[in-house]
Amino acid sequence: MPRTDLRHNDQARQGASSSMERRMSTPDSDIKVEVRNLTKYFGRLHVLDDISFNIKRGEFVCVVGPTGCGKTTFLNLLTRIYSPTRGDLFIDGESADPKKHNLAFVFQEPSAFPWLTVEKNLRFGLEIKKLAKDVIDERVEMIIKMLGLQDLRDRYPHQLSVSSEQRIIIGRAFAMHPDLLLMDEPYGQMDVKLRFFLEDEVIRLWQELGTTVVFITHNIEEAVYMAQRILILSTKPTTVKEEVVVDLPRPRRFDDPDFVAIRNYVTEKIKWW
Amino acid sequence: MTQPPSTARLSEAERVALVKRQKKRDKRTATALSVLGILGFLLLWQAIAASGLLSERFLASPLEIVGLFFVKLVDPSPDGAVLGVNILSSLTVALTGFGLAIVIGIPLGLLMGWYRAFDSFMRPVFEIIRPIPPVSWIPLTIVWLGIDLKAKAFIVFFAAFVPCLINAYTGIRQTNPVLINVAKTCGASNFTIFWKVGCPSAMTMVFAGIRVALGNSWATLVAAEMLAADSGLGYMIIMGRQFARADIVILGIAVIGVIGTLFVALLNVVENRVLGWKKQ
Repeated sequence: MPRTDLRHNDQARQGASSSMERRMSTPDSDIKVEVRNLTKYFGRLHVLDDISFNIKRGEFVCVVGPTGCGKTTFLNLLTRIYSPTRGDLFIDGESADPKKHNLAFVFQEPSAFPWLTVEKNLRFGLEIKKLAKDVIDERVEMIIKMLGLQDLRDRYPHQLSVSSEQRIIIGRAFAMHPDLLLMDEPYGQMDVKLRFFLEDEVIRLWQELGTTVVFITHNIEEAVYMAQRILILSTKPTTVKEEVVVDLPRPRRFDDPDFVAIRNYVTEKIKWW
Repeated sequence: MTQPPSTARLSEAERVALVKRQKKRDKRTATALSVLGILGFLLLWQAIAASGLLSERFLASPLEIVGLFFVKLVDPSPDGAVLGVNILSSLTVALTGFGLAIVIGIPLGLLMGWYRAFDSFMRPVFEIIRPIPPVSWIPLTIVWLGIDLKAKAFIVFFAAFVPCLINAYTGIRQTNPVLINVAKTCGASNFTIFWKVGCPSAMTMVFAGIRVALGNSWATLVAAEMLAADSGLGYMIIMGRQFARADIVILGIAVIGVIGTLFVALLNVVENRVLGWKKQ
């Protein structure tokens, strides 16, 4: 049974969750990311069909969808690795541009630079952005402290465990203080224990830094655990089928009946068979 | 009841010490085997020479070669230069050609591998030049450049240039696209990505190329010194043949071998510096 705080579609767009209201102060700066009519064809293959939604400043949005629904294409459009056939993505009202805006991406595959130490990996994006050295130092120190990487700072990624490597990548993304942080199934290859651990870590970083996050996953439980709002994608040509607001207090519990209800609801919606 | 000694009951420190001891022992065994291999080879050689299986005219024993080495340090006969001069002369040729190949080949390969348009422009020419054996340039080289250092270095250059270029090209082509995307989402320009992601990730292949190039350039030396030289290790070998002095030929070969090994060792040091991150 869907509960009352499962507000869908139009309602969801307007109704901010209670935690959001606390975070927000000025209503006009509410919308951070605006996706308008995003459409993508690869030749004649219609992958994305007229996707529109908004993300509020500091919001944590999860995107779920059936296998092969074009989630990765969707992300690659958001980061401007591909350019859309039609429609556009706006950040603070401006067409998104990686050179101007601060985008950060945590990829599914391990993506630490193997020839750089942990610390230099964390510095990488900041140095590309040509930030002042003292700003870089300060941010990197903060992330190292937050993730407890003090002892590992001079190690190389291949000397670390897979989960530590992924933590560095997550740290590198948060260190950018991105306008928009995109995560593409970052825990796809990890066992349950590590996933729980890293999920909590991302939540902690997000709460402390107030970053706007779009988190793509195929794991519905993960989505319900982390998201303030879940976007459910349809099969190809992909569009946003439904939005679900998750208004549960944190830390969330997997066995909470409300949690289970939302999970079941999303699972039901995602079924394409 | 007695139990066999079990590693499970060792403390952490003891276990670390045990693994360290085992590693050390493995290393000692490996070193001992290497030394034994060299000694065995020399002994076999000495035995064949001493047994008279091959005439002394064709095969000098290792001990004779060592003796000749010290004689040749001061005696310019039969080829007209002492060993030091020959070594210096060959090194100059080989290092000039090899150095030029690195300085030109690697950047060219990296640029061709990264910039598609540059690749389309350069590749046909390169594909035609690539299969030409370096020695077949000798006649033209004589006409163009004469017979001095320039000409010889040119031949060596060709031998070393091709592996430098191909490896740099292949190496940068194999750059992990995820890493390129990381830099791209940070807003890096194409050149920044080339410099900060492409080049470092190509370094493993580049060093493999340098290794091949080093071997090639040293190996082409003898051929290059066939261009009327008046000194050099290759020249010394050719003179040894003309005077039917097998010992001179073997000394030349041995010196080339030893210097080649030293170069590889030196290259290893540089490689460890640059690719040190690969070590456990």
